[in-house]
Amino acid sequence: MLKNDLHVGSPRSRVDGPAKVTGQATYAAEFTAADLAHGYIVESAIARGRILSIDTAAAEALPGVVRVFTHENRPKTAWFDYKYRDMVAPPGAPFRPLSSDEIQYSGQPIALVVAVSFEAAREAAGLVGVSYERQPHETDLDRARHDSYEPPKKRNGIAPPPAPRGDAQQAFGAAPVRIAGEYAIASEHHNPMEPHATTVVWEGGGKLTVHDKTQGVQNSQAYVTNVFGLSGDDVRVVSPFVGGGFGSGLRPQHQLFLAVMASLALERSVRVELTRQQMFGHVHRPETVNLVSLGAGEDGKLHSIQHQAIAATSRFEDHQEVVVNWSGLLYPAEHVDLRYELAKLDTYSPGDMRAPGAPLGVFALESAMDELAVATGVDPVELRLRNYAERDENEDKPFTSKELRACYREGAERFGWSRRDPRPGSMREGRELIGWGMASGVWEANMMKTSARATLTADGRLAIACATSDIGTGTYTILAQIAADALGLPMDAVDVALGDSTLPEAPVQGGSWTAASAGSAVAAACGSLRAALLTRATAEGSPLAGAGADDVIFEGGHVRSLKEPSQVVTLADIVAASGQDRIAATESAGPGLIGMMLPKSHSSYTHSAVFAEVRIDEELGVLRVTRIVNAVAAGRILNPKTARSQILGGVVWGIGMALHEETLTDHRLGRIMNHSLAEYHVPVNADIHDIEVIFVEERDEKTSPIGVKGLGEIGVVGTAAAIANAVHHATGKRIRSLPITIDKIQQG
Amino acid sequence: MKRFSYHRADSVADAVQALCATPDARIVAGGTNLVDLMKYGVETPSALVDVTRIAALNGIDDTDEGGLRIGALVPNRTVAEDARVTTRFPLLASAILAGATPQLRNAATTGGNLNQRTRCYYFYDTKTPCNKREPGSGCPAIGGVNRIHAILGASEHCIATHPSDMCVALAALGAEVRVEGPNGARRIPFADYHRLPGDAPERDNTLQPGEIVEAVLLPPEAEAFAGHHSYLKLRDRLSYAFALVSVAGALDIREGRIVAARLALGGVAHKPWRREEAEAALVGSPADEAAFAAAATHLLEGARGHEHNTFKIELARRAILRALGQAAAGTPQSQTDKRIA
Repeated sequence: MLKNDLHVGSPRSRVDGPAKVTGQATYAAEFTAADLAHGYIVESAIARGRILSIDTAAAEALPGVVRVFTHENRPKTAWFDYKYRDMVAPPGAPFRPLSSDEIQYSGQPIALVVAVSFEAAREAAGLVGVSYERQPHETDLDRARHDSYEPPKKRNGIAPPPAPRGDAQQAFGAAPVRIAGEYAIASEHHNPMEPHATTVVWEGGGKLTVHDKTQGVQNSQAYVTNVFGLSGDDVRVVSPFVGGGFGSGLRPQHQLFLAVMASLALERSVRVELTRQQMFGHVHRPETVNLVSLGAGEDGKLHSIQHQAIAATSRFEDHQEVVVNWSGLLYPAEHVDLRYELAKLDTYSPGDMRAPGAPLGVFALESAMDELAVATGVDPVELRLRNYAERDENEDKPFTSKELRACYREGAERFGWSRRDPRPGSMREGRELIGWGMASGVWEANMMKTSARATLTADGRLAIACATSDIGTGTYTILAQIAADALGLPMDAVDVALGDSTLPEAPVQGGSWTAASAGSAVAAACGSLRAALLTRATAEGSPLAGAGADDVIFEGGHVRSLKEPSQVVTLADIVAASGQDRIAATESAGPGLIGMMLPKSHSSYTHSAVFAEVRIDEELGVLRVTRIVNAVAAGRILNPKTARSQILGGVVWGIGMALHEETLTDHRLGRIMNHSLAEYHVPVNADIHDIEVIFVEERDEKTSPIGVKGLGEIGVVGTAAAIANAVHHATGKRIRSLPITIDKIQQG
Repeated sequence: MKRFSYHRADSVADAVQALCATPDARIVAGGTNLVDLMKYGVETPSALVDVTRIAALNGIDDTDEGGLRIGALVPNRTVAEDARVTTRFPLLASAILAGATPQLRNAATTGGNLNQRTRCYYFYDTKTPCNKREPGSGCPAIGGVNRIHAILGASEHCIATHPSDMCVALAALGAEVRVEGPNGARRIPFADYHRLPGDAPERDNTLQPGEIVEAVLLPPEAEAFAGHHSYLKLRDRLSYAFALVSVAGALDIREGRIVAARLALGGVAHKPWRREEAEAALVGSPADEAAFAAAATHLLEGARGHEHNTFKIELARRAILRALGQAAAGTPQSQTDKRIA
């Protein structure tokens, strides 16, 4: 297992930071090419129906317009649905841009105008005339939920609810204390700072270099080769920097298809970038309703847990998330019944958004647990300790590690929880009611098969290569830390290359698995490289001849004898002596590989305890979240600085979910109405007060070889629930739908 | 975005002439709203008249009457920071700081602030009907997504609100708008500058064809409110959001009694909402909650909610009480603290 060393385990600034703040980091829409043409998407104004006619004459007549692509003239692409199914696609028929006259959702791309400038393309797009045959649509989950169904085909990698245990309904009826409620979470859009964009560079001879806003260059590459029938050698996807993903870049989005289509048809370089408004025309977190019933004893011990969720999906795909399983995982009960259903809407397919499913189900469960605490008079932290799960009862397995108790303890202590007066409305300062609430958080700790290459060159520099992306999480930095420590180099002697489909294989960057997976792959590659260097360094004729692995130390670019510190060779000299210009090693890490973990025997999760303070103006209902303490157990922390940033970002995301974020749809028009950052609210600086992050000590030797469990998601999971519980403590009002806006506080 | 011609005017007369020459021309200065609207295809002028080089539109100056003249080109930020404004008309500075962001306030001008368009979702989306954007096409906000819409002075044709914070303070302070046009200059009382939608919601204000805003005039009598004022803005997040409800309250209190009062609401109507009866209800009373409540009742008379915004009526009533309380106490709402006091 990786040890804390000079860099691993210590706070380090981002190695890519200077490039980003000086504008040197190049994003998908910033790559350019000779004769670059610009595509602008024309979108459907209706939610369901057919295009009766589409008139492109005026657009095509505009100076600078190269071509207007519609369903009537677009080039042929693959026929079978499976060709469009990317690595993380749910069951169903993936959306195919411009494939027919059928309208499946409002905002659907129905034409691509390609022109010599973005401005000309946009102007021409406004001149495309469309007439529709409208058909009845449904975008309202409140109505569609009555036709909900259990998804017949499961999404790969998404665990369906476990089989029922006992008789939850009967046990609920017999329980001395019963809690039942319906909890709803609005649809949200990801809105990463960088809008989706693709620049396709036509290299000649049918070869393309694609710069795509993606969380997986090899996923984009596979999609392009499958859909357009190209060979893998002809398509290289290069996306070294990604301006935020949050899940929106996991699946190839329609601008990738359109840009490649236009580039191939026109045999020239093409860029298609989405406007902020158009960013509301694709992936989003599905609106979800939860029905939770808890049956418990007077002591708060759970007898029965029932949790049913109904989540929105599109007409054409069954997007699925893990929403209800958390209720069978966090707390043990003899009787458990968990159900997950979908309801079809005439929208684009929802997709994964930061901790997909978890904050939705956990908001419901942890709100209900807070209601149980109120009903039984048991302190919310104590209630959770009384119902502490020592095993994963969904899977009937032990955990690889679980330090959630320490999260409760350390978080409560830092927050000052013991000073809480449990009576709602009892704490105030001036006109403000003060509320303290808490919730648990949980997320999967996964490791996915990933490969990496470590190359030492004659100048003594170490190059790390892996196809994974760095969507802003700090991947470049932690990989440099791991590599530097493995070979005893300063971090600035390590160059990390990511986000290129020609590099060693990596999965999409999601699920909080990248640090564990790519980190382990880099550790393995560096371990092999170190062994190769050691063999050469201790070969006959070397000052270190005959020394064993334990007799030497790698430090400062040297291999040095521990017994005789004067006996030393430089790493550069080892390369020079090899007669080659470099020494390289490529290794893979992943579950089931030799020396790796056996994931089937244990369950692995990260956990958190989130404590929130809200202050609510009693007369006006104005709410602010003045304090959050988030205590996280996530195994080894590679870099406390970037790790803290991950949790801070997750907490801010959770504050947005609790108070601000909501995609508003006019159900008569079937159309999203607040499609701009002025009207779709995310928290701003003025909404954010103190956030404290605690990483509790957690040793995990089973999840990944480097002891890492992942941090990208856990920060958001319990935050909204903790805030909602704090609102109840402040006001006595239980608000069961997010976001908690001023009108809901007023009306209670 | 439609192609357009561009003319850089070198004088007010030149700008007026250019406007008269092209009836659908638009004036551009900071462009913080107009350029967005042009990109969205909401505004499609065939000509832009750039007034940013007209020296006569600049400056903040004392007037012969003893008030202040704020040139149409003066950036919002400059107004909010001007010492004469912050000492004599602090309500105006406060309201400006409640709006937008520092970057926007640097670029946005006084005249542009007056003439910014509504934030109604439907107005911004050319794929939906909107009587303001396309007269006669209908108002889907009625019966639609209308949580941010008007509760006062709306019509069956339009329930949009005026989004400005600055204008709410200008309305309360009794400012005037000085305009110049083909028929010369005129002064429009602020209350008459913006209009209610009625059956012509496409018209936001009473400017006549060819007229441009030259300056805003602050009357000397409004200085009497420098000691007792507050601008309270309630919104869905604490910065960079338009008002659900905002209140500009200003009192002149002498020997415990209100001798003059001003009260205007933002975020609730097609224009800053002011009513003489509400202010009259305050005058002569002690500055207490009973007087404030009476004023609120008068100001909100006839308020009517739609599907999602009825909460604004009660919210406005409470906000009026709070803002007048802040004004009376001489503790105006801070626009920089991360809290509502």
